[in-house]
Amino acid sequence: MTTTNRPAQFAFLSRILHWLMAALLVAMLFIGVSMVASLGDYHWLVALHRPLGIAILILALIRLVTRLLTQAPALPANISQAERLAIKMSELALYTLFIALPLVGWAMLSAGHYPIVMFGAVHLPPILPAKPELYATLRKTHTILAYLLFLTFLAHAGAVLFHTLILRDGILSRMVPWTVRPAKGEGRS
Amino acid sequence: MNGSELNQDTKALPARLPSGTIFARLAAIGVLLAGTAGLFLYAGGWFTPHALTPATMINTFERLNGEHPGFRRNHAKGVCVTGYFESNGKGQALSKAQVFRAGRVPIVGRFALAGGQPYAADTPQTVRSLAILFKQADGEEWRTAMINLPVFVVNNPQDFHDFLVVTSPDPQTGKVDSAAVGAFLAKHPETAAALKEIGSHPFSSGFGDSAYYALNAFRFVNDKGERSAVRWWLKPDQPAGAGDSATTDKNYLFDGLIAQIHAGPLRWHVIVIVGQPGDPTAQAASLWPADRPQIDVGTITIDTIESEDTSATRDVNFDPLVLPDGISPSDDPLLSARSAAYSQSFTRREGEKKSPSDVSTAEVSK
Repeated sequence: MTTTNRPAQFAFLSRILHWLMAALLVAMLFIGVSMVASLGDYHWLVALHRPLGIAILILALIRLVTRLLTQAPALPANISQAERLAIKMSELALYTLFIALPLVGWAMLSAGHYPIVMFGAVHLPPILPAKPELYATLRKTHTILAYLLFLTFLAHAGAVLFHTLILRDGILSRMVPWTVRPAKGEGRS
Repeated sequence: MNGSELNQDTKALPARLPSGTIFARLAAIGVLLAGTAGLFLYAGGWFTPHALTPATMINTFERLNGEHPGFRRNHAKGVCVTGYFESNGKGQALSKAQVFRAGRVPIVGRFALAGGQPYAADTPQTVRSLAILFKQADGEEWRTAMINLPVFVVNNPQDFHDFLVVTSPDPQTGKVDSAAVGAFLAKHPETAAALKEIGSHPFSSGFGDSAYYALNAFRFVNDKGERSAVRWWLKPDQPAGAGDSATTDKNYLFDGLIAQIHAGPLRWHVIVIVGQPGDPTAQAASLWPADRPQIDVGTITIDTIESEDTSATRDVNFDPLVLPDGISPSDDPLLSARSAAYSQSFTRREGEKKSPSDVSTAEVSK
């Protein structure tokens, strides 16, 4: 057995960050898509979007380090090799987007000659020189990545729901915030 | 994966669900995902293509003015300037923003004419604008885009859109539909009153002797946390009539400004009007009572002028909601709408190929 020594769940910090970030990211995706279509609510949504994006960037980096330093639980054995690869890829895609989206947003505002306001007098330095074409490209990239993140999120949620409600292989227990003890003989009865 | 592992885990899996239950659960998952996707697209305006959004607002500007890639969709014809703001410290009683501490902060700015046509001829009655970016030493910025009207013509973005459409010449006939304008004014007494107010302040002769008004109300917050509703305007130091030149010149207003700045710096006093409790902050179309305190907080000096073709200020979005700590937006719905529409215009033009400005480098160095 290759799985005996692996934990039943992700590290506690990983699990907490997972659900916190899930809530923030869904909120962010909705804030983002709403604000670009809004005149009256544009300002307060953007004012929230910037610091929330940076908060997600910080959380994503903490989560990445935690993920790399701790052992991930094994996947249920019924999962095929092909699906294992898909899970790895989608995890990689999600981590990449968590980090890339805020960075592209920050870079985009830098290239667009905007101050990067967080709250009050707190603001971030630019990470790129002000350059019109660069701004235009990054602005488009930000939208494309956001839609990609939304699609990846849907695929992720759909797959976990399928495993949990149809296959009932206990995959969700790896990520629930409370502690799940690996029962003898595995599985639920 | 070896055989024994497979066997063990297969045994551990729960019994297969009845197919009816599987179908119901699959349907529930499908509905949840499709519902989330639908809600997301709805939030993004995908199902309401005719709603007024930043994109449809800017589309209207493009439809009325023609398409001029690379240029601002409004206030398209302009010229860039630099200088400084010398604060006298009086603004600190109202706002904790660093810009109001006694001393000097650099500014960049842009004089322009209202309208989305970058090659239109200057006329005495075209609305003039001055946009300023104050660069605080701590890196925060205060951007403000002002025009030479004492009040705005409407109170909200939808009315602005509709006003723009009814007062623009029909692209086919080239004429403004005066019946439509009359109907709009009958429905909007605040616009009729604003136009009367605007009519009682005849335009000055040029950019240099114009006053420029921020129109919308803002909030100042001082270091004690006290908030005041304010509006501001720029009062010219230049006497009326200075810098006047021949009206046969297509760029006579810009050429007059260029000549004036080459002859010496131009100055404006920054006047902050302090509202009293109860003064409306969401009605850009009306003035506050005339007895409100007007505080001179310092002087703007403009001493260099440069064509948009070479100035980095061309690529600055004078979003009126780029504000330092100590200045915040009021509840005026036009502010957020301006911020959103400017951003839309900025995003479009930054990705487009640039054409030379009508106010060329050669013209500016004359």
